[in-house]
This record gives sequence, structure tokens and C-alpha cells, in this order.
Amino acid sequence: MGRVKNKITITVNGSAHEVQAEDETPLLYVLRNELNCVGVRYGCGVGQCGACTVIVDGKALQSCDLSVVAVAGKTITTIEGIGSLENPHPLQQAFIDEQAAQCGYCATGIILTAKVFLEDHPHPSQDEIKQALSGHICRCGTHQRIVRAVEQAAQKMRLTP
Amino acid sequence: MSTTLSPRPLPGSLQTNRFLNQWLSIHAEGYVTMRPGKVEIGQGILTALRQIVAEELDLDLEKIRVQTAVTALSPNEGVTSGSLSIQDSGSAFRQVAAEVRELLLSKAAAHLSESVEQLSVKNGLIRSRSGASVSYWALTDEQLLNQEATGQASPKSAEEHVVVGTAAMRMDIPAKVTGVASYVQDMSMPGMVHGRICRPPSYEAELKSVNLEPVRVMPGVISVHRDGRFLGVVAEREEQAIRAQLALTRAAQWSEVPTLPPFNPRYLLKAKAQSECISQKGQVLFSPESSVHEAEYSRQFLAHASLAPSCAIALFEKDRYTVWTHSQGIYPLRREMAVVLGVEEDQVLVHHVEGAGCYGHNGADDVALEAALLARTLPGRAVRLQWMREEEFAWEPFSSAMVAKTRATLSAQGMITHWQMDVWSHGHSSRPGRSEGSNLLASWYLEKPFKRAQTSNPPLPGGGSHRNAIPIYEFANQQINNHLVPDPPIRSSALRGLGSQTNVFAIECFMDELALQAHCDPVSFRLRHVKDERARAVIEAVALMASWQSLQPSDGVTGRGVGFARYKNGAGYMAMIAEVQLAETLQVKNIWAAVDVGQIINSDGLKNQIEGGIIQSVSFVLKEEVKYDAMRITQANWEDYPVLNFTEIPQVQIQLINRPHLPALGAGEGTQGPVAAAIANALFHLSGTRLRDMPLTRERIMAAMA
Ligand code: FES
Ligand code: FES
Repeated sequence: MGRVKNKITITVNGSAHEVQAEDETPLLYVLRNELNCVGVRYGCGVGQCGACTVIVDGKALQSCDLSVVAVAGKTITTIEGIGSLENPHPLQQAFIDEQAAQCGYCATGIILTAKVFLEDHPHPSQDEIKQALSGHICRCGTHQRIVRAVEQAAQKMRLTP
Repeated sequence: MSTTLSPRPLPGSLQTNRFLNQWLSIHAEGYVTMRPGKVEIGQGILTALRQIVAEELDLDLEKIRVQTAVTALSPNEGVTSGSLSIQDSGSAFRQVAAEVRELLLSKAAAHLSESVEQLSVKNGLIRSRSGASVSYWALTDEQLLNQEATGQASPKSAEEHVVVGTAAMRMDIPAKVTGVASYVQDMSMPGMVHGRICRPPSYEAELKSVNLEPVRVMPGVISVHRDGRFLGVVAEREEQAIRAQLALTRAAQWSEVPTLPPFNPRYLLKAKAQSECISQKGQVLFSPESSVHEAEYSRQFLAHASLAPSCAIALFEKDRYTVWTHSQGIYPLRREMAVVLGVEEDQVLVHHVEGAGCYGHNGADDVALEAALLARTLPGRAVRLQWMREEEFAWEPFSSAMVAKTRATLSAQGMITHWQMDVWSHGHSSRPGRSEGSNLLASWYLEKPFKRAQTSNPPLPGGGSHRNAIPIYEFANQQINNHLVPDPPIRSSALRGLGSQTNVFAIECFMDELALQAHCDPVSFRLRHVKDERARAVIEAVALMASWQSLQPSDGVTGRGVGFARYKNGAGYMAMIAEVQLAETLQVKNIWAAVDVGQIINSDGLKNQIEGGIIQSVSFVLKEEVKYDAMRITQANWEDYPVLNFTEIPQVQIQLINRPHLPALGAGEGTQGPVAAAIANALFHLSGTRLRDMPLTRERIMAAMA
């Protein structure tokens, strides 16, 4: 309909996609419904819970709070882009090893924030990890295991950079 | 034949779902399917049930697949709630698997011309001492499990267990952390469209006018639906549905009246209540009056606040509905949906698909009906409907506010001689399918509305608002009264633990207050009043874990407090010690917990559940209360309803006391009360300030200290 203007192209997990949605559509819905990146989760839609976190040009950002036009031409990484069931990222493996999930709905966003954080903080303290994750809500109370998983991943990533 | 025998009692849900093939299938291809009627809600139940089956059938876990619950296929196990899944479903599976193993062994014995005693099983392969072998997969046939359980086979003894009791890894976590579609929110089907609902501004608001036409012509909008006060939109794309929802909300004109109670649970004391004495021992006479100690405790309404707003997908085709839902009770939901949709139950097929953690009765069932109501207008197209965050915060059923009053007298020797507690609350359940009328939100807003079913309490000994109101301590004279206020002005239902949080908070805080009067250490004071060995064991264990020093004063920086309960008076024993500090707000630094839930099925799963329960409880106690004014629920997001943040979590240490010979009891819900009391007691230890109203916010602490 009339409001669709120029087609927007975004780069997600290494490949370019022409977006069908209208400009002001939150990136979240484009990722989930057009590109099938369902590991990007809706939790609040107003930037308060972190469930929808993705990496945009190296920064962990909340995709519910970004319009798709604002990320045109930028490089986006979602949870699907960092590892898979067969070949999990060290952070994903650490979450499995530590059994750091109850419902697990918060996990994907947290892992992406942790990934960006560990790049600048290879030797994080527990307090630094908690601070880094303070934009994320985990309603199940899995925090302690999540912090341990991030610690464990940091250690492994230091050994095999 | 077994079917001609009079029904004998069978364990757990097997009693009402008696056929072996309702629970298990053995496939010639080399695997077993198990069909629990209980559902995964982030508690790891499917992994624990799988361990039980693997144990009895001598199979590796990998050989067992789980069919998630679906009506028409899975045994009807009611609702997944009350930490009952291991009791209901676990005991059924254990018996079924033991019987299936016997059937397979006797068939193998005939096949190999050996006696059953000569046979052993390893991962589905049955061997005789002479070396001959045959597998489960070769022996199975369609009819083998098509028979009733007999109750005759004996499951393994605890000594024989090699899978049960171990920390088997959760089967669902790898998919969840790699972003594989795991939740109903993630499902998609061909031609699927997106629905949204336009809500009234308050429960009783009347729709004065709404012009649907401008919304109908918005981009992507397929249909705009009005049935009485129920307004919904369906659009091709999710963001289009959300825009249409906003437009519709702006277009609708409502008139409202104030119907909500004062923002203080004490309104319950003046409300019309159904009062009942639920425990009476000895005398209730308190004399002389002057020696009576009294206190009054309360808590506000609490929200489940699942991280994922409720979601469902519904498809209406050829007079039949198919629904995908994260409901905790697919059969009760089906019954209630059929009533509201005006069809027979077998015209509604309900599939369970996981959602995020729900912690009780949230919007899951409501959204399933709403999706079906929208799907009815678009036959053949699957409609996905997800509540927005603000809808979840305003429309889910909350956990009732409560007030508890306690009275007691002490003997000169520092023993409690008389004890009385009175509890005021709304009912703690309004789940679907349980009573007259309907409990599905949208049904009350239709042109032909359904009567709202009353909230009620599950009966004792589990109880609802009176859950854990009867103390485990042994007092010579006691009276416990429950005052149930029906018809809550704020929609209420089941949240993890039901009334136990407030009741245990009251009992355990009051125990500390009395210990102080008796100049006795709080831990010793509790032990003085309890004989049950398992109760004593957890209290003693937690004191040891935390290096509790009798009557040690606070150092002025940290305070410590203890809390104890036996959940539902018949389930797990939990004792906790909390360590707190006061800064800007009250901070919980450490929690030690000693836990006895009988036989442990999965030690790590159990710890995970208890850790989660503890941290969530800390959040309840420190921060949580549903915000409302005279007219409306006024909370829309996480700023209005803050929960515990990563930077605020305590260090949690748990000690499990395994009782391999005792029945396995659920674990997820027992923590709430002991945590609440331990924190309030620790605050008193630190500051000398006794806070009896939850949540223990900065404002309340400042006011109490002033
Ligand atoms: S959904 Fe984006 S922050 Fe909550
Ligand atoms: S594990 Fe459920 S929200 Fe974090």
C-alpha cells in the first residue's frame, strides 16, 4: 500500500535481504517473521527486557526499539548467526553445560549481550557480568547459573580465541 | 482378563488413564514414545519423566522420545500445577514402564524358550544367560500394550536406580539457547495471519461507541471483529495487526466506573467473607488477655509477569477448531472453549506447545479462546494472537492480596501454649473448566456474555488461600480460621505457592517475634516446637550450612533470619537462612537452603527449580505489588512492575537431602514462604525494625524506621 517507499536492504547473519515491511516497522518483527530468526524474542516491545537483543555493527541493541529503516545498510547478527545446534558458540555451549535455563526465553538475548561484552572484557568478574546483563530480565530466577555460564564461556574463549 | 477385574487402585494419573498404550509405545524402529499429559513449563519435567521411564525399561535416554500433550492422544492429567507432576505423572510412568518391561520379558522368555529369571536387559536388548538375545523392538506389536495396567509389576527399588537421581541434562536446552523455534510464540504455518485484541480500559468499562470502518481500510487489515465488548483485528503482518490494534483502541469510546478496592490489602478485613475454622486443637481461650502476643501481616496482589506475553494459534476449518497453546491444562481448556464456542468437545483439538515460564494461571488460556474467536471469522486461516506486554500486565489473573492475623501466648518456660491465626484472601484458583460459568476472559465481554465463574480454593490439605495456614509446629492449643472473600474486584487466580507465601510469612515471622519474647534463639525456638524428624533435619542442616550462631547479635552491617515450612503440609521440607544488608534499598546477599523433597529424580533439575523459586521469591518480597487505582490496573510495563535485576540477586546455596526410599515430591513452589519470612526476620535482626507488610520496599522500611 501507499506507505511503502524505497525498499530497504539489511544484512543479517552475513547475507543481504530486501525488506518487505514499512520503514518504521520495528526490526524485531522483520527478523522474526520475514527472516525466520525466531530466536529474537518479543518480551515487552519497549526496550525494557532484553529478550529481543541483536548485535548491530558490533553493538548489542534491542530490536524492538529500532525501526528497520534505522538499520538499513548495517550488519546485524542474531542468535542464529553465532552458532547452531550442531556447532554451538562457546557461550551457547556454556549455557548447556551449566544448564543455565529454566524456560530459556531470556537466554538468546542474554547470550548476544554477553558476546559483545566479553569481546571487551575477557577477564570479567561476577559483578561486571551482572552489570553487563542488567538490561535483561529473567523471570524464572536463573540468574546465578547464567552468570556462571558467562564466566565459564569467558574462560574457554580465552583459551581458544 | 484384566479388564474383567474390578478396578484396583493404580498410582498417580494411571488411576484414571488405565491403558498402558495411553502412556507408552514401543516402535519396531528402535525407540519408545512416551506421552505425558503434564506439560513443560520450564521446570524440566519432561526430562525427569524421561529418566523414570529409562530407569524402569533399562534404556538409554536417547531411545525415548516425548510426545508433548495433545487432547485426543495424551492421557488426561488435568492441570500441570501444584508441583504435582512427579507425583501424578512420574508414579504413573514408573508403574507403566515396569509393567511394559514385564510384558516384554515374558514375551522374550517364550521367544527364547528360557525362563524370565534367566533374562537381563541392556538398552532394550534382552539377553539370556546362554547368550541368546532379542530386542524390545523385535518383540513389540500393536496389541502388546493395548491393555489395562494391572498394578502387579513392582518397579525397581531405590538401590537399583542408575538413571533416577542423576543430574541428566535437560533435553530442551540446546534448542532454546541456539534460537531454534521452541515456543508457541515461534510457530508459523502456511497462510498464517496475525490477530490483536482491543481491550477496555478497565474491567467493567462499557463500550459507548466505536467506528470500525477506518480500521478496516488500514494496510494489511483483513478483518475487524466486534462481538459485544470484544474487539479484535486480524492483519497479514504482525506489525500491521499492532497498528490496527492501536487505531482501534483510539477509536473506541468507553464509559467507566470505579470498581477496584483501596490500595491496601486490609480492605479484605471488611469484605463479606465465608469463614471457616480449618484446625482446632485443645482450648482457644487466651488468658489473661494481657499476656497475648498479636501481629498482623499482609501482602499485595502479585503478577505472574511471564517474560513472554501469552500467545496462541488457532485454526477453524470444517466446523472444527485446532489450537496451539501453552496452557497448563489442555483438557480443561478444551472443555471451556467448547462451551464458549458452542461446539462439542471433540470439535476442539488442543495441542500443547511450550511458552515461557508461567508460574501459574496467566493469560495462556484466555489468549487461546481469543485466537479461536478471531479464527472463526476466517475459516481455513491460522490466526496467531499474542498479547502485548501491557495486556499481560493488566489482564492476567493476579495472585490475591492477603492479610493474616496471629495471636499466641507463651509459657514461663518459653513454650507456645496457645496459637491462633486468621487468614483473609480471595480464592486462589479460577482456572478454566472447574466450575459453573466461564473463566476465559473474552467470554465475559461477548454480546451474549458468559457468567464469570467464582474464584475458589483447592481443598485442604493442599488448600488455596489456606495453603500452609496450619502450622507444622506442635502447639497444645490452636485454632486456624480461613476467611474466603469470593468475587474478587481484581481478577485473581493461581500463582506459584498460592496462599502459602503469606501464611508461611506470617507464621515464621511470628515465630521470630515470639522467640524474642521468650529470649530464645530463633532456630532453637523452632526446634523446640517441632517433632517431625525431617523438619528438624532441614532446620538443623541450614543452620549448619550458614554457620548460624545462637543469639548472635547483628554486626550492624548484615542481618540474618531463618524461615521454614513443609509445603502444603505434606510435600517438601524447606528451611532457609537469608543474609541481608541495608543500603538505598534492602539487599539480600545470601540465601542458604536445605531441602528434602523425598526421593530425588534429577538432582540438578531440582536445584535449578529451587534456585529459581528462591530468586523469584526474593523479587516478590522486595519489590512486587500490582499497581491499581480506583478504576484501572495502572501497570503497563516492567518499569511499573519492577522485578529483581541481575545486580540484585543473592548468592544461593542449596543442600539437598535425598530420601531415596520415600516418595518423590514436587519442588517448584515450596520456597516462597520460607524466603519471605527469612528476609523479614533478617531485616529485623539487622535493624530492629519489624516489617509485616509485603513488599519490603524502601518506602515501607523508611516509614517503619522513622
Ligand atoms: S522486547 Fe525488546 S527489550 Fe523487551
Ligand atoms: S529462564 Fe525463563 S526467563 Fe530466564
